[in-house]
Amino acid sequence: MITDSGLAALTYGLGAIGPGIGIGYLVGQSVQAMARQPEAAGMVRTTMFLGIAFVEALALIGFVVFFLAG
Amino acid sequence: MTVTTDRPAAEAVLLSEGHDGPAPEAEIVTDLLRRALPVVPAPIVIGAIVAGTDGALSAGVGVALVFANFIAAAASLAWAARINLGVLMGVSLFGYLLRISAMFGAVFLLRDLDWIHVGVLGCTIVVMHLGLLAWELKYVSASLAHPALKPSKTKEPAA
Repeated sequence: MITDSGLAALTYGLGAIGPGIGIGYLVGQSVQAMARQPEAAGMVRTTMFLGIAFVEALALIGFVVFFLAG
Repeated sequence: MTVTTDRPAAEAVLLSEGHDGPAPEAEIVTDLLRRALPVVPAPIVIGAIVAGTDGALSAGVGVALVFANFIAAAASLAWAARINLGVLMGVSLFGYLLRISAMFGAVFLLRDLDWIHVGVLGCTIVVMHLGLLAWELKYVSASLAHPALKPSKTKEPAA
């Protein structure tokens, strides 16, 4: 039988998949942009870093909710 | 190095060299921390109002965790970008996994301490993370997505 905390952990684990997919897509597109246009790498990396940090916030919200609910 | 594939994009990534010069990630995080330092007392004071000394300490720990997360992200990406785009891709993905696991582990270990207020700690982490990013985004977007290109207030002398 799954306990409440176990269910919360499972849900958080499932929720962390979304940001993972998001970061993978984001970095993949950024790497492609840098390979195609190396002179724009600085701008692409700046945007990529901010994008990664924003997507990470989703995972942070997920585990904070996990701890608050637990 | 000779690499031949039937996929030009993949070949370009394999052949790509690392990018030298100043790392944009490091510039962003340095700028972000510089702007964040004056507002650090705010979450600590709010934490103190909500939960007394425990709240203030929890808010302080939350701010430290957010700063450490930003610094770790910038350092790992800047290091990887100097090597290869493929390494950058790998470090970005595994870095995300490691950093989130480290944050989760830190909060998991801290939550049982007497002087930690989990609500204040969690809210501080989320609000500081998003708040600092939004604040930094304002300056980055005002300078065409590159912090080094910010317009200066002083006029340059005419040539």
